[in-house]
Amino acid sequence: MGPEILRDISFHIPRGSFQFLCGPSGAGKTTLLRLLFLSLAPTRGLITVFGKDRTQILRAELPLIRRKIGIVFQDFRLLDHMTTYENVALPLRVRGREEASYRSDVVELLKWVGLGDRLHVLPPVLSGGEKQRAAIARALIEQPEILLADEPTGNVDPTLARRLLRLFIELNRSGTAVVIATHDLHLMDQVEARRMVLAEGRLDVHD
Amino acid sequence: MSMTEAPPAIPRAGSGAKTWRRATSIVPQRSVAGHALVIVIAIMTFLSCLTLGAVTLVRDTASVWQTQIAREATIQIKPDDGFDMNAALTQAQAIASGFSGVRSASIVDSAATARLLEPWLGAGLDIDELPVPRLVIVTIDENAPPDFASMRQALRAAVPNVSLDDHRNWVDRLVSMARTTVLIGIAILVLMLAATVLTVVFATRGAMAGNGPVIEVLHFVGAESQFIAAEFRRHFLWIGLKGAAAGSLAAIIVFVMFAWWSSRNIATPEADQATALFGNFVIGTTGYVGVLFILALVAGLTAATTHFTVVARLNSIDIGRTDHD
Repeated sequence: MGPEILRDISFHIPRGSFQFLCGPSGAGKTTLLRLLFLSLAPTRGLITVFGKDRTQILRAELPLIRRKIGIVFQDFRLLDHMTTYENVALPLRVRGREEASYRSDVVELLKWVGLGDRLHVLPPVLSGGEKQRAAIARALIEQPEILLADEPTGNVDPTLARRLLRLFIELNRSGTAVVIATHDLHLMDQVEARRMVLAEGRLDVHD
Repeated sequence: MSMTEAPPAIPRAGSGAKTWRRATSIVPQRSVAGHALVIVIAIMTFLSCLTLGAVTLVRDTASVWQTQIAREATIQIKPDDGFDMNAALTQAQAIASGFSGVRSASIVDSAATARLLEPWLGAGLDIDELPVPRLVIVTIDENAPPDFASMRQALRAAVPNVSLDDHRNWVDRLVSMARTTVLIGIAILVLMLAATVLTVVFATRGAMAGNGPVIEVLHFVGAESQFIAAEFRRHFLWIGLKGAAAGSLAAIIVFVMFAWWSSRNIATPEADQATALFGNFVIGTTGYVGVLFILALVAGLTAATTHFTVVARLNSIDIGRTDHD
């Protein structure tokens, strides 16, 4: 077992809240997001997700819980053999929904994130910023109860970063809790929001 | 979710310049590993089917050997001074014909006996001048053979210098040789099937290795395990069916070609030699049913391996093993 990346941290993310998770590279932001997304098990400690102890959640329940959590990975994790449209529609498709029922929503969201003319393009052809926006759109498509975004503006220009931030704020206004992991101080300065600062494995929360 | 811009017109299938294409399969369709898997499955299925065909051929031929030899027995009468050979032959024929289970008993006449000896003693032989044993060929109903012990006793009581050869020694040796040949064939078939199973399992796992990120993404966007497993299972079942069908078809073509060659060359020296050894090269129903069995086995195995690989991958994700940085 290696060194503990996170220790003695305790926090609560209220329903409908908006916060930045910040700290230097290697502080454990991604690890903390993965713990919240239940894709990583803590070596010790207690994590409660939607009122349930993580250790008490059955494996069969995980997909249902993950449907309430939208996640934007730092490395995007788009499927290269599917178009931008299909990648964004994937969470709805795997739930067995008919395409006709969500097509307009997906197209509308893709246009809003500036990918209206890239609907039928495969990810390898997209730029880093376009992949970032497609990954964000995929996380938002089902209006999750909580959105976890790992450096969501890391590959986009300041104008688009502001636009994406506005999108996150709008999502938050509609009731979704948002956690944005970033080390972009300029981005954080644009919004009065709770800041969770990770440093040397410890967490300081500034409300 | 409120949007700040008016929703644009949505392209519909066939309604504009840009038409919606058919939904892409969730599992990547074209990959080098997938093509290689089809080829590996086709080759292994082909070899397994050929082995199976060869084993059924040997088994059928071995059974023909046994029945053909067991169908006849031979009465041999040795000559002696002052011995009326023709009377003895007729008497032996009559005694043999009287037993139930004997279909016919025919005397090998002097001319036929001379022909039998011609390779050793030359042509133009007067058989009556030589002390040559004479034969009566007894044809037997192989399903209800006569009591050879009683027949032997009856012949000895009536005819001097007589012996009855029911080919038992030959039959026993042939039966044991045929059984050994079939057992060796079955052992080779089992080894071949085991090699096929292992090759298909490892080739499928190899082809699946590249799909790890796809499984993870599906899992993270909330797809249930059964859904993911079913998608991959269906895709790889199709790959398995394609490969196994190609291999089986190739094997059937080889079987049919052999049968065609065999029937075209009837009565030629080469074909006579081949027929003597392997029968008439026709793969029976068992062979074709076996080919279908191998096809189903290989395709099912591919799907099952895929299922277990996906489930194992999902299990490792859920317990957080693969996500450590």
